[in-house]
Parts: sequence; structure tokens; C-alpha cells
Amino acid sequence: MTRKTTPVMLDVKDLNVSYGAIAAVKGLTLEVRQGEIVTLIGSNGAGKSTTLRTISGLLKPKSGSITFEGERIDGVPGHEIVAKGICQSPEGRRIFPRMTVDENLDLGAFLRKDSAAVKADRDMVLDLFPRLKERITQKAGTMSGGEQQMLAVGRALMGKPKLLILDEPSMGLAPVLVDLIFETIAKIRDSGTTILLVEQNALAALRIADYAYVLESGHLNMEGHASDLANDQRVVNAYLGGH
Amino acid sequence: MSKHSPAQLVTDNTNKKWSISLTAVVGLIFVAYKYILPSADPAVQSAFNAWLPLTSLGEAAVFVLMALGLNIVVGYAGLLDLGYVAFWALGGYVAGWLMSGFWFERNINIFGNPPRGMPEGIHLNFLLVMVAAGIFTAIWGVIIGAPTLRLKSDYLALVTLGFGEIIPQVFLNGEDIAGHNWTNGTKGITPIDNIRIGGAQFGPFDLAPKFLIYCLLAAAMIFLSLRLRDGRLGRAWLAIREDELAASMMGVPLMRTKLAAYAVGAISGGVGGAAFTTLVNGVFAERFNFAISIIILSMVVLGGMGNVWGVTVGAVLLSWINSTGLVQIGNVINEAAGTKINFPSYNFLIFGLLLVLMMLFRREGFIPEARIRMVMHEEDLDEVEFVAHKEGSK
Repeated sequence: MTRKTTPVMLDVKDLNVSYGAIAAVKGLTLEVRQGEIVTLIGSNGAGKSTTLRTISGLLKPKSGSITFEGERIDGVPGHEIVAKGICQSPEGRRIFPRMTVDENLDLGAFLRKDSAAVKADRDMVLDLFPRLKERITQKAGTMSGGEQQMLAVGRALMGKPKLLILDEPSMGLAPVLVDLIFETIAKIRDSGTTILLVEQNALAALRIADYAYVLESGHLNMEGHASDLANDQRVVNAYLGGH
Repeated sequence: MSKHSPAQLVTDNTNKKWSISLTAVVGLIFVAYKYILPSADPAVQSAFNAWLPLTSLGEAAVFVLMALGLNIVVGYAGLLDLGYVAFWALGGYVAGWLMSGFWFERNINIFGNPPRGMPEGIHLNFLLVMVAAGIFTAIWGVIIGAPTLRLKSDYLALVTLGFGEIIPQVFLNGEDIAGHNWTNGTKGITPIDNIRIGGAQFGPFDLAPKFLIYCLLAAAMIFLSLRLRDGRLGRAWLAIREDELAASMMGVPLMRTKLAAYAVGAISGGVGGAAFTTLVNGVFAERFNFAISIIILSMVVLGGMGNVWGVTVGAVLLSWINSTGLVQIGNVINEAAGTKINFPSYNFLIFGLLLVLMMLFRREGFIPEARIRMVMHEEDLDEVEFVAHKEGSK
């Protein structure tokens, strides 16, 4: 099996990020190609979230480069990265709890001026997550965890991302909801949005991903096609609960 | 969001009701004091002058203006500012400098109103002074805000507290800075020119028309607050207040948006300060103490952070209690109980108690904003987030 030959959208080269003296990501190199779901798996503290925070401009790398569509974006402030087309559904969802579902979605499109297209995307998001349509006037903080996760993903989609970053979308969700979320993520990819998915639930992530990187204590441990990794004995033992 | 959602209609209705009622109250007060009271029974007159003197009403209108400015910073954007008095002082001195004979070596008059036979000094028209005060304090808001607003809540509060102390001190000691007298030190700058609008002019004793002028300024601020709130900037402020990190992930530029809140707050603090100078016919550095910052903050908290009408009512109420109510209520109690308690001297005890009680039992204020939220409550960040935030803001 060969990797997609579509152009490289996100190119991370030799990335080093540290919190003060503690190195959290050490020499990470990865790429995301157009139309792929690329997943970053690894246990707690492997450096997944740090990598995402650096890509989305919340952290500055110590060294290395991040290139998005041919343009260096490391060190660029967060809100400008959103403007370039990278939107994120953050870890822990971080929806605006005292705003309605509608207002949350509205904020997702904060930088967009094309109101007709925003409205079309809002309809698209509500089709993707019919539950949100039912709850459209409800305060987001009063919804269940699964619904909040749908909102977080929907809100990120409202920014019309070229690259959608999903940080632990399955965290704290009932298994039936995890399946639903992951099915939807695959659907989003099929409709043309490139996705970088960070997950602790490696099994679910590998099932829908095209390509995967395995991180361990800040290092890149393994990479390969998601289907290959899902059958790799080492991965199975370490992350998929194999015996 | 559709403009005609049920929630929007309810808000529109509320706004309409409040605007009409407040306009009616202001109109009634103006007519009463201007036309009815002067010919009323002396007993009625003295009762009104004791319980509801026009000076305290004018002061209340100015406090509404300032509290609404702080409400943008604290209520809308969720930034705790404990040094708001700095902007009052800055605006106050702009009026002092530009509407008096203080710069007696100069001889400038731009549609101004110098006292008869005393053309020395800088004499600008009242409206120009308001604009100048707004611009001057906005610039200072940005100067103070740019380095400060990168800080997280508690630190921001401390630094603003510092500025609130420093700026009045500079004015207090400004008698000799680089060989020039900038502020007249403890003596302050007084008298201030009479307000002139068109052909009419209003001096220290034309309190009814002056009250109306201050009410118009406050009304302008109410209008601005409501408009800003519903606009793009308002949404960005609310998002920052709810969750700064998430707001940044939506593409809200944090620094610029916070700075905008701070600048708008500074402008209304400055215009309020300039208006206050014309009300009391002078600007005195000793007035600008920390307690003022707290009183204005109390107005915002008491009324309901983020709610324009709540803050308006809170400002009127606290301003009245502070200037008149405490004295009068104290007198009544003293007379009835035969005691000799000096109630006004307990005002900070009472304000403090009020704030504590509010925080304990009604954090959202008397007239809460639809989206109830305590600004003083900071969401707990886990360790990584905390470091991430620190790193990210460098």
C-alpha cells in the first residue's frame, strides 16, 4: 500500500518543543497530505497535545519548522493560523458554556465575512450533527459530553478549515458516541477536509485514519499506514490492549 | 444568527422599555428642578435639596458614564481592572488644562468661554474638551494596556491597581516636573470655564441644564455599549470572557480585542472625568484615590456585570448613597435613636459589606446579564495549560 500522492499540506520538520527545561517534543518530523486523516497516537505525556499546540500557534518551537501549504507558520500567533485555514477542536472541547449552540457556531466563523457561505456551512454542520439542530437555542454548557464534542467539531468546521485538527475527540464519551463521532470524522474527510487527529483511543483512530504516527516520550517511535500499524504486533501490544 | 430570534426580540424589548423609562425619569427631574421646584413650598424645596440635590444627580449621571466604561472592561471582556480611577484623573486634568486659566502664559481660545476680561489660559469649547479627553485617555489606555493585558487575571488586577495609584500620585506631585508646573499639586486646577453650547452658557449654579448634559453623555455611552455588545467586537469580548484559549482558536486576536475593551473603557472614564471636572468646577488630585476605583467596580458588580441597565441602576444607586443617601439616612437614624453616629465615615465599611454580601448571595448582580458569569472566578487550568499559556503569551 502506498501513501496518497496528493500534495503535502502540513510539513513538520525536526520539531523540538520544551516547557522551560523539560523537552516535550524531540525532533518530530511528520507530514499531512491533502485529503488524508493523519492520526497521532501515543500514551499520556507522549507529546501529542504539545505538538498540536505548537502547530496551532499557542506554543513556539525551540527549533525545527512547521510549513503549511508552503508557508512557514511556526511562531505565527494563533489567530493568524486560524486565518490561514487551520481550525481546531481543542482537547476538553472548550465550548463557550454560557452561549447557545447557535452562538458557539457563530463564533467558529468569527473570521469569515462571506455570510452566505457561512450560512451554508451552518446547515452542513447541522446536517452532520442533527442533535445540534435540536439543541440550537440551548446553552452549550447544559448539554451532554457527546453533544458538546459534536459542537466543538462543528464549531471548528464553521471556520471552513483546510486542515481540521481534532484533539482527543473521544475523551470521556460513551462507546456508542465514540463510534458516531469517528464515523462523522470519516465523513468530514470524505467531503474534502484534511484532518489531523490526535487520540488516545488508538484503535478507533487507526480504523478511520489513512496514515499514523506513534509518539513515545516526545520521540517519533513508528509511522506507517494506519491499517498496517493496526496489525503491527508492537502497536497492538502497546496501545491496542493486545496480549 | 438571525436578527429576529426570540432571544433578540426579548432583548430589543427590554432595551426599549429601559430607554423610555430612563428618558422619562430624566425629563421629569429636569422639568421638576427647572420649572416646578423654584416656585414650590419652601419645605418641599428643602426636602428635595436635602434628599435629592441636583449636584448628586449630576454626579450620578457622570458615574453612570464611568461605570459603563468599566463594565466594558470587566463585564464584557472579563478583565479585572482595579485602577480605573487613573482614567478619571487623566480625563479630569484634560478638562482642567483645556478649560481654565491654568496655562496663563498662553492665550488660546477655540470656541471657548473664558471668564469675562480674563482671556489668559487655554479655553476650548466643552464638546471639544470631551473629545480631547476621550482621545487622550484612549492613548493612555493603550499605553497602559499594551504591556499589561498580556498578564493573566490576578496579575492584571495587581498591575492596574498599581497604575491607579501611580497616576494620581503623579498629578499630586506634578507641581514641578522638569521645571514646569503641570498640575498645580494639591491646590488643583480651579475654576473651570462655564460650559458653552451654542449661545447658551452654564455656570456652577445652572445645575439643571448641566444635569441634562451629563445625562446625554451617559445616554450616548448606553447606546454605544448596547451597539458594541451586539457587534463583532462584542462577540469577541464575550468569547474571551468565556474561554480565552478557545476564543483564540476561533481566530479572535486576543491582544487587540482586549486592548479595544481597555481603550473604550478608558475613553468613557476620561470623558466622565472631564465631565466631573466641569461639575465640581475644578480638578483636585487628592480626590482620585483607590476607593473610587472600588466604588465604580462595586457599581458594576452590584448592578450585574455585563448588563448595561443593571450597571446604570447600580451606578445611580451607589453614587447617590455615597454623596447624599448615607448622610440623610444617617441623620434620620441618629434622630430617631438619639445617637451621634457619623454614618458617612463608615461608607467603605458599608460598601465592603455590600460587596461581600453580593458575592455570597447574588454574584450575578441585581439585574443580571442573560449570560450569568462571575468574572472573579477564574477557571482552573491544569499544569500543562498553565505553562502553555505562559509560553504562548511570550
